Amino acid sequence: MNSKIKKITARNMTGKEYFYGHKACAGCGGSVAVRLALKVLGDKTYSVLPAGCMSAVGFIFPQMAFNSNAIISTFPGTASMLSGVSVGAKALGLKDYFAVGFAGDGGTADIGLQALSGAIDRNDRILYICYDNEAYMNTGIQKSGLTPYGTRTTTTPAGKNLPGSITNKKNLFEIIAAHGIEYAATASVGYPEDYMRKVQKASLCKGTSFIHVYASCPTGWGTASDSAIELAKEVVDCGLWVQAEYEDGEFKLNKNPKEFASVKNYLKSQGRFKHLNDDDIELIIKSRDLKWEKIRKSWDI
Amino acid sequence: MDRPKVKKWKRPTHIDEYSTGPSFEAGHLVDVHSGWRTFKPVVDLDKCIGCLKCYLVCPDGAVIRTEKKIDFEYDFCKGCGVCAKICPVDAITMIKETK
Amino acid sequence: MSEEKHFISGNDAIAMGVRLSRPHVISAYPITPQTIVVERLSEMAEDGSLDAEFMHVESEHSAMSAAMGVSAVGARAFTATSSQGLLYMAEGLFYASGGRFPIVMMNGNRALALPWSIYGDQSDSLGLLNSGWIQVYVEDAQEALDMVIQAYKIAEHKKVLTPFMVNLDGFILTHTYELVSVPKQEIVDKFLPPFTTVNKMDFERPMNMGMSTSPKDNLEYKYQQHRAVMDSVQVIKDVDKEYEELFGRGYGGLIKSYRIEDAEAVLIVLGSITGTVKVVVDKMRADGHKVGVIKIRYMRPFPEEELLEECSHIKSIGVIDKNISFGYEGTVFTHVNSAIAKSGFSPFIMNFIAGLGGKDISKSHIEGMFMTLLEGDKKKNKVQFVGMGVQINE
Repeated sequence: MNSKIKKITARNMTGKEYFYGHKACAGCGGSVAVRLALKVLGDKTYSVLPAGCMSAVGFIFPQMAFNSNAIISTFPGTASMLSGVSVGAKALGLKDYFAVGFAGDGGTADIGLQALSGAIDRNDRILYICYDNEAYMNTGIQKSGLTPYGTRTTTTPAGKNLPGSITNKKNLFEIIAAHGIEYAATASVGYPEDYMRKVQKASLCKGTSFIHVYASCPTGWGTASDSAIELAKEVVDCGLWVQAEYEDGEFKLNKNPKEFASVKNYLKSQGRFKHLNDDDIELIIKSRDLKWEKIRKSWDI
Repeated sequence: MDRPKVKKWKRPTHIDEYSTGPSFEAGHLVDVHSGWRTFKPVVDLDKCIGCLKCYLVCPDGAVIRTEKKIDFEYDFCKGCGVCAKICPVDAITMIKETK
Repeated sequence: MSEEKHFISGNDAIAMGVRLSRPHVISAYPITPQTIVVERLSEMAEDGSLDAEFMHVESEHSAMSAAMGVSAVGARAFTATSSQGLLYMAEGLFYASGGRFPIVMMNGNRALALPWSIYGDQSDSLGLLNSGWIQVYVEDAQEALDMVIQAYKIAEHKKVLTPFMVNLDGFILTHTYELVSVPKQEIVDKFLPPFTTVNKMDFERPMNMGMSTSPKDNLEYKYQQHRAVMDSVQVIKDVDKEYEELFGRGYGGLIKSYRIEDAEAVLIVLGSITGTVKVVVDKMRADGHKVGVIKIRYMRPFPEEELLEECSHIKSIGVIDKNISFGYEGTVFTHVNSAIAKSGFSPFIMNFIAGLGGKDISKSHIEGMFMTLLEGDKKKNKVQFVGMGVQINE
């Protein structure tokens, strides 16, 4: 697709900040995801965000941190309001606008999944970005459908009987792809250029597009505030996060490492995984390997 | 203007001074976040190679691209240290705030 | 007036009213007894007679959420629902009024589960009176069509900017065919100009919408919202007058009375039952009983002043409620009582709970209610269930 499109880099991207003066925690990965996407999309953008971290830190009257049009939706209603914005603007005869949604993992894979499914079905021209910090952070670190196995959250405590969360992450990317969506991708704030390329690509779609971006959360993860980008890189390098795209009905792996970085190092550097023993870690590695085996067998690599 | 400027804002004294509905001017800033910091980033421009990695990943958009490589918008830097950590040549140091 | 006449159902009348109002986007999800509205509008969008986008949403929650998105860019939105669907979009109802999005919605009044029932009562919309929407209850298909057009004009008025719910009794109004005059598009266009608002996302003047407030400012925004609905009283009257001048049909503001001038007993009612009560009033009047009826058209804003003006001479007042707030009384009764209490006069009052889940309210039931009111037996239980098929111990 768009081979002629000019690659957006730190040097050539707009100097204008669209998510600025927000009250996100220091070192917030979610705000990197929002900030970069908005810089790629530019002035004529409508953003829709449900109740959640990015809206809670961005719309505190009279401190308005979105420097372009933005609106908070209901928690389950990101995709439906986003659709309404896009279709409404189209019905008004507006041109060259873009409508983007930013919702967290819970807002997307749990409470917002139905509306998102409906929007993809209609194929409205929207980009839905799920910034995944792997728990309900805004309410105080509760387990979501995208919380990985073995995560300590405030509703999946790790103790004598349980290793934190005992369920695996929902396979959100493939759930979305299974709709036959025009474009879907996974990304990580640890690889910002790749993420921006995907946002740019999505913005050129005629119908619905979706990006699942891994976004670190120092507050919820029990990690240092300066670790946000490094961890988001490490998760990819150790194979627990897959960088991929779904386009023209095909899955494409973007990064196929010959060797994975250490899962143990990744896990042990975070408070939320500190309690895991070697057996738990072995289980996580096994499940990673199984996933990669399947991917390497059936996806375009 | 790349970054919205902080504005002086007067609290409404009459109901009609509020906006119609809970909506407000985009990019309307009244607070700075410099008070959040315990450490602040300082760049050694001799070491800096101008790769702009820090600019890219700053969660607060507080790294400024300049003709001479980079600078910081200290009003909105929260001192998270992501820039110092990502710098490939260790040109950014986090220095304890003294005030 | 050279309006065309069509023999159509209440749902068809709504769809025609919507088309005449030129909405930009319709987002709706099917539910009995509203479905025909959605079907007609999708047909109109398909055949090109309605220049609007039709969004096939996957739920009522999304129908309302999408409508808010539409309104937030300054476009005109319509949706329709009923019963369980109205409850499913409840979050969005409060959100839309708080966000000051003048969406117009048709609601086919239907019972709420459990037990399941597709038939009519008014538990659904009356259960959501606090959602901040203007609520009108129409009496026939003609009023349904006319009120959709009026609804946009009232809702979008800059002093109001509040969403508007047009309520039709399920089946009795939604599915009954009547002869309806359909206004001409040119005249509707003259009456209803395109929607303009400052409360929208605009590229010339970017906005952050649906913000959060600290306790310092929350009450102020809620007051603003309350004031807007209060201010709609005058707008409703003015719009109805203007409508009458242009189309020859007016509905008389927030309430409408029938034969109450010298009445000793009146029934206060909502919606389609009005016609039946009028027939009973005529019959009883012929027999020498001084009875009358007041139809409440708007439950929000509540027509307290108008009611008191009409009622202050009446000795005996009954309220028919097609809903019940379990453990207390009917919702309309609570409202009427509150108005009466504030005014200081003390008539004999009764609440008749009737017509739940489609239960028939017959002429003899209504006559019985009037007789109870005329007898004025103060020992009687104030809240009476009318039309029970079995004995109950009271």
